[in-house]
Amino acid sequence: MKFGTMKPHRRERLLLILFVLAAAGSSIAFVLMALNDNINLFYSPQQILSGEAPTNRVIRAGGMVLEGSVIRSSKDLEVRFLISDMKGSSVPIVYRGILPDLFREGQGIISKGKLEETGTFIATEVLAKHDENYMPPELAEVLPKTHRKNGEWKVKE
Amino acid sequence: MLALGLSLGLSILPAVGVKTKDLTLIRSGGSLSLGVFVFLIISFLCLLYAFVGDDFTVKYVADNSNTALPIPYKVSAIWGAHEGSFLLWTMIMGGWTFAVASFSRSLTIDIKARVMAVMGGLNTGFLCFLLFASNPFERNLPFHPQDGADLNPLLQDFGLIVHPPMLYMGYVGFAVPFAMAIATLTAGRIDAAWARWSRPWTNAAWAFLTIGIALGSWWAYYELGWGGWWFWDAVENASFMPWLVGTALVHSLAATEKRGVFKSWTVLLAISAFSLSLLGAFLVRSGVLTSVHAFAVDPARGVFILAFLILVVGGSLLLYAYRGGLSPGLASFSWKSREAFILSNNLLLVVATSVILIGTLYPLVYEVITDGSKISVGPPYFNAVFVPIMSVLFMIMVFSPFSRWGDTELELLFRKNRSKILLVIFFVSMATVFFGQDVFYYGLGLEILAVMIIVFLIKKVLELKQVPSASYLGMLLSHFGVAVVILGVAVTVYYSEGKDVRMDPGEKIVVSGYEFKFLGVEKVRGPNYLSDQAEFMVSRDAKVIATLRPEKRFYPVAQDVMTEAAMHVSLFRDLYIALGEPVGESAWAVRVHVKPFVRWIWFGGLLIALGAFVTLFDGRYRAARYKTVQVPALGVSP
Repeated sequence: MKFGTMKPHRRERLLLILFVLAAAGSSIAFVLMALNDNINLFYSPQQILSGEAPTNRVIRAGGMVLEGSVIRSSKDLEVRFLISDMKGSSVPIVYRGILPDLFREGQGIISKGKLEETGTFIATEVLAKHDENYMPPELAEVLPKTHRKNGEWKVKE
Repeated sequence: MLALGLSLGLSILPAVGVKTKDLTLIRSGGSLSLGVFVFLIISFLCLLYAFVGDDFTVKYVADNSNTALPIPYKVSAIWGAHEGSFLLWTMIMGGWTFAVASFSRSLTIDIKARVMAVMGGLNTGFLCFLLFASNPFERNLPFHPQDGADLNPLLQDFGLIVHPPMLYMGYVGFAVPFAMAIATLTAGRIDAAWARWSRPWTNAAWAFLTIGIALGSWWAYYELGWGGWWFWDAVENASFMPWLVGTALVHSLAATEKRGVFKSWTVLLAISAFSLSLLGAFLVRSGVLTSVHAFAVDPARGVFILAFLILVVGGSLLLYAYRGGLSPGLASFSWKSREAFILSNNLLLVVATSVILIGTLYPLVYEVITDGSKISVGPPYFNAVFVPIMSVLFMIMVFSPFSRWGDTELELLFRKNRSKILLVIFFVSMATVFFGQDVFYYGLGLEILAVMIIVFLIKKVLELKQVPSASYLGMLLSHFGVAVVILGVAVTVYYSEGKDVRMDPGEKIVVSGYEFKFLGVEKVRGPNYLSDQAEFMVSRDAKVIATLRPEKRFYPVAQDVMTEAAMHVSLFRDLYIALGEPVGESAWAVRVHVKPFVRWIWFGGLLIALGAFVTLFDGRYRAARYKTVQVPALGVSP
């Protein structure tokens, strides 16, 4: 049946369907674009050291805060520390702000921010989970098994 | 003690087993559901007794309580971790089942039996899970600890006493419209009567969920020490998605009841709302997603819930596909009718839910397709996709509450109110320029919409000539609540000011015109913690407003440090101080926020819920009940 000979209500319905499809299509495109812009890939210290991680893009990095590596500024809230996969790779992190309560040396953390050309990770957010029995899957993969038996992930050297 | 709990739990199972077959034992539904509920209450009380009596032979108690824990928290520790919270979940499920059995005499006898069968099936599933994968009564024998490991300090708070029960009331409450939808599908007739039965139940469940979400947001705001009230965290999304679909359901049920339209769509929404509740349970309890709320990981539990989820969702969707087309016949209505507005409300809410679902599940999908790459989807995504959709919805909300079924004279409505619209735009703009230093156009737009909704709702109430029905009144109140939330969100997001600074005693900092002076820190001892308590003096224009005492608490048993923020609360702004950590000899990291209108968000949420509760008093539902009291009797006599 040709479009022109359709009964008016049929044509209306067809137009409606076309309109809905177009709207759905464009909104899906928009959602995918927004999604693409806002995913934050996770990198382990080893991946960062080997140059796998992109610079100047928001990514996440995670590992254990190395014992004795936390240095605070005496003027403002700047903190520097090293995160390690406990297998020999570690990455320096700089963060300006208030650290979460569960942040401490020998504790696994995930930080969000950008990697600089120099290899320093500028964190805008540092997450330490508020249940110490819970280990984020990302970290569980990075850290060696001995560091997370029985769900315990506060490790003393 | 434990054996008692276990045997009680086990004795529930056969009861449920019988109940699932109750199509033949139609009349037994009521008493069986009572039995299930009573036994669940007893096992809950047993756990309560174990907690209050510090029975550390029970593993769950030993892991989540301590002799020094104050009694109210010992009680709330019951739902402080996975096992106990699932017992609460199951008990609430039993409660809803019993409530349906007792308060739905208006249901015809065969539908009621089907509803009871579906709810019995769900009960059985939850109970199996409780008994075989997450038994809170598991023992620590023969070696049990002398004292417990204490409840996570973050959860030692009033918000957490109330938040989970409310949330579960909502989640599980959606099982009722779900069961009713399945019942009508199997019975093969979807009609207005079905919508009328479902409405009060849906409204009640939805109201509880609203309160639960509002409380959760409030708790996160003052307890996590970040001063944020929504994080687009996977678990928040898990509660928000059923809420959005529930909102759509509440609206489309109205259209189905009053006009007989969107029948199969409404059924689909009822199925979706409960499915999303289950999906939420799966996401939270399986640990597949990284979240600040996630329970400790146990793959076995994840698999169980996933299987149950697939069974329930898959089964009901199949049934829907098979039977859903039973009631065709779209009534015709104009694009300016209330039906059309409800339809657009539904579409927008469903689209909003979908984009949140995509964002929430995308990390899982991504991990599978890229073979193990881990990503997170940040709040910018959710804001970018969610806010525009909701903005359109809010625009529709300005006039839609006053629309009519069939057709509305929108042009007339618009013309009559043109001067008021212009006045609102003028005053809100002036107020924004006057109080806020900067003007943000998107925020201003939202503020104008919110004030407009409020103004027209108030005008409507003033113009009412007689007392309207409870459901109409509740509708107005809930919409009013939504507008209050929008206003709160818009102002808080755009005009909050916050600073993280290093402060020595004696130092001052000015935020949004308020001066915060750090006086010093002293040690304080609490019932089960030691605390560093700081003192701040807040003043404005040299007038002292408040002395705030934020704390940093140390819980020796759990070896945990926790931030206890201090706030000065008022209707139009919150002054918020949280202590970071000591960063020098006497200096501390300090977080200071001034958050205008932030209270409106939770207050609005409570109004929304209150509105939904008001609708329950509508005489229509009760009249229907009285009128059909004889129906069960009729069902028996032949």
